Amino acid sequence: MREVAVIGIGVTQFGELWDHSFRQVGIQAGLEAVYDANLSGSEIDAMYIGNMSSGRFIDQHHIGALIADYSGMASHNVPSTRIEAAGASGSLAFRQGVMAVASGMHDVVVVGGAEKMTDVSDDQSNFILNSAADQQWESMMGATFASLHAMIARRYMHEGYATREQIASVAVKNHLHGAMNPKAQFQRAIKLDAVLRSPIVADPLTMFDCSPISDGAAAVVLCPLEKAYEYTDNPVKVLGTGQASDTLALYQRDDICSFNATKVATRMALEIADVTINDIDLVEVHDDYTISELLALEDMGFFPRGKAGEAVESGETEITGSIPVNTSGGLKARGNPIGATGVAQIVEIVAQLRGDADKRQVKDASVGMAQSIGGTGSTAVISILGAI
Amino acid sequence: MDVGIVSYGAYVPRFRITPTEIGRVWGQDGKAMGKGLYINSKSVPSPDEDVITIATAAARHMMRRVDVDPADIGALYVGSESHPYAVKPTGTVVAEAIEASPELCVADLEFACKAGTAGIQMVMGMVGSGMIRYGIAIGADTSQGAPGDALEYSASAGGAAFLIGREDVIARFNGTLSYTTDTPDFWRREGQPYPSHGGRFTGEPAYFKHVGEAARRMMERMGTTPGDYNHIVLHQPNGKFPQRMASMLGFSNDQVSRGLLTPMIGNTYSGAVPLGLASVLDIAMPGDRILAVAYGSGAGSDAFDLTVTDNIKNYNRAAAVTIDGLMENTKELDYATYAKYRGKILMKG
Amino acid sequence: MTVARFWRDIPSRYNLYGTRCDSCDKVYFPVRHICPGCRRSSIGRMQRHRLSGKGRVHSFSVVHDAPPHMSSLKPYAVAIVEMDEGVKVTGQLVDVDIGEIDIGMGVEAVLRKIGEEGQDGIIHYGFKFAPRLD
Repeated sequence: MREVAVIGIGVTQFGELWDHSFRQVGIQAGLEAVYDANLSGSEIDAMYIGNMSSGRFIDQHHIGALIADYSGMASHNVPSTRIEAAGASGSLAFRQGVMAVASGMHDVVVVGGAEKMTDVSDDQSNFILNSAADQQWESMMGATFASLHAMIARRYMHEGYATREQIASVAVKNHLHGAMNPKAQFQRAIKLDAVLRSPIVADPLTMFDCSPISDGAAAVVLCPLEKAYEYTDNPVKVLGTGQASDTLALYQRDDICSFNATKVATRMALEIADVTINDIDLVEVHDDYTISELLALEDMGFFPRGKAGEAVESGETEITGSIPVNTSGGLKARGNPIGATGVAQIVEIVAQLRGDADKRQVKDASVGMAQSIGGTGSTAVISILGAI
Repeated sequence: MDVGIVSYGAYVPRFRITPTEIGRVWGQDGKAMGKGLYINSKSVPSPDEDVITIATAAARHMMRRVDVDPADIGALYVGSESHPYAVKPTGTVVAEAIEASPELCVADLEFACKAGTAGIQMVMGMVGSGMIRYGIAIGADTSQGAPGDALEYSASAGGAAFLIGREDVIARFNGTLSYTTDTPDFWRREGQPYPSHGGRFTGEPAYFKHVGEAARRMMERMGTTPGDYNHIVLHQPNGKFPQRMASMLGFSNDQVSRGLLTPMIGNTYSGAVPLGLASVLDIAMPGDRILAVAYGSGAGSDAFDLTVTDNIKNYNRAAAVTIDGLMENTKELDYATYAKYRGKILMKG
Repeated sequence: MTVARFWRDIPSRYNLYGTRCDSCDKVYFPVRHICPGCRRSSIGRMQRHRLSGKGRVHSFSVVHDAPPHMSSLKPYAVAIVEMDEGVKVTGQLVDVDIGEIDIGMGVEAVLRKIGEEGQDGIIHYGFKFAPRLD
């Protein structure tokens, strides 16, 4: 297998992009990444697009061809594939791209992720998001996606793993980071009280415990490491990836306070990367809800069970802390255009490893990791990247 | 006749609203209305309840109390004037929910407030003839009263189910008869959300005439007098009518009281006599004799004469909630919540 | 949702029919055709199995931000219930005041409306959970 490098990154503004269509955001991120990699375009061998539900959000399927077409690749007849795994769509597209390059099948691959969520009403949007859970045996029974995470949070608190305040402190920390990210949907720090007192969405979780509805796209360009310097002088190496599945429905798990898929995917990625969790300098995790970040940090092995909340509360996961988490602002503050999210995590890690993260730059960052989740831990994707 | 009740089950939603609260909204002296009707509160179904869920709850409670194989049930009738569908049976859901499907006869019945007892008579005939081994008759309603109308003080929700057969009966039917004429005292046209009624015409020529005639003829046929009965259960559109009717027939208040639930839960329409009968069976002793007379507007009355058997001593009443149990853990609603629950607020879409 | 999609699940929706693996005795809900524990040796040995309907609240949430068709029930409680058979199930909690719900509370299945296809469409019935009497 060949070693793979990221040679270009691009990400749009995340937020309510009223004047941008799906194809506009998708192309914008892709072009930025292609420019960043100093490509003319004709070098591109394949494209992988992470997207959860364009069919429901904009009534458009077949977006592999759509993005290829509007990025000017139709005349080159570049193979373009859409990848779906709910919230993990983007990170899974990245993993597919990495595998395509590693296998020798393709040399230059563009991985994109995009979602346009605001072209439907909030009610419709929530309905679509619910379909990441088990539609028949969770959503139809009255469980919203937020309420599934609220049940995790309730049980987690019941077990004494964290206090309500510690869970809420994830949002405070991620807003603090988002305030330093010019592409973030929310660039304003918030206080703990604001999280606790915002309207209840699904008790015990409030509005500020939940990632927002967002539009946006992100893209990266991959090529074999041996060819990376033909295009750029600051490539970042893909050290390893991992992927795992679990039951579709949350209720099918013995333990709802932990995502086994995260554990398995982490083990897989660490082994391939030949690093330990202590070697990781920063991590982007899937904080679709505040509680999810605590589960992620424990399942990945950064903290023992029941210790992540304490760590977040004490500032250990801030940019200046021992293990900076979600320096981009995470899904919570940067925004969560579902299909784009996993790719945006890679964009942030690459920016950090290149030393391009400006105000939110983590000092001496050489190994970064990203964790992405589809559904309630039904799919987990882990990526580990290293500075060269 | 060798046919009787093998088991029974009841269900009343937990929500209640008082006449005082209804009167407060419509500028009426609700307290006085309640007193006049002898209704202290009425039951209100949750938005996720309807005749299908109420009938199912009652039927499941009924099945829980006996060890009868649902496959041996040959017929199921649900009487109601508030079936959720105009076309599509209530009974198929209930039959499936108690696993009596597929080899049985199912039909929904309507005869104002006596559709449930009409079902009892039909099942009695089928069991008595040997056509089926067991049959189920259910009376249930989520009755409608137009906002501000006098009916709104009484129209409520609830139901009871009866398993009828010949084996191990806890109460034997000594006889039944019906008294029916064409008397339009209360009606609801197809597609109309609320019923209309003839005001005071619903009393003398309607309720009192039909209930009285059916009761008198039943006693005449049985050769009984009021003194022969421990309990009388009468249709109860309000708390006053059945008391007055009983006294006109020569029954005492003591004989009426156990079967009189309307003061607590309002008029459950097709559920009324079935629930009253369930309440009596909850405390009945071997040998107790019961006279039950239902009334349906339009108009007709079904009378039943029953005797409680020794089997009631071994009957597992405690396996399901009793009427007294259904009067506990209730929750009182304000009118706004009641209006929301009953779909009286115009919603978008 | 089309009528057929709901209709074919009626045994599970009304009466909590799942499956039991004849090989290891583990119970699953809803129906599975392969036991995740026994896999190959479970093929052809998965039996229809009706849950008792009784269980305990494993966790719950009170939903305030709900889909439009649930608006008249808001706020409503949803729970993961651990059934007496060991398998867990997700459903709403009814007939209990929101403030009185607790992890560990005993509940049993009741039949309620779980949705409807608008004013003129089919009504969906299915299980919810109410506090246990015993």
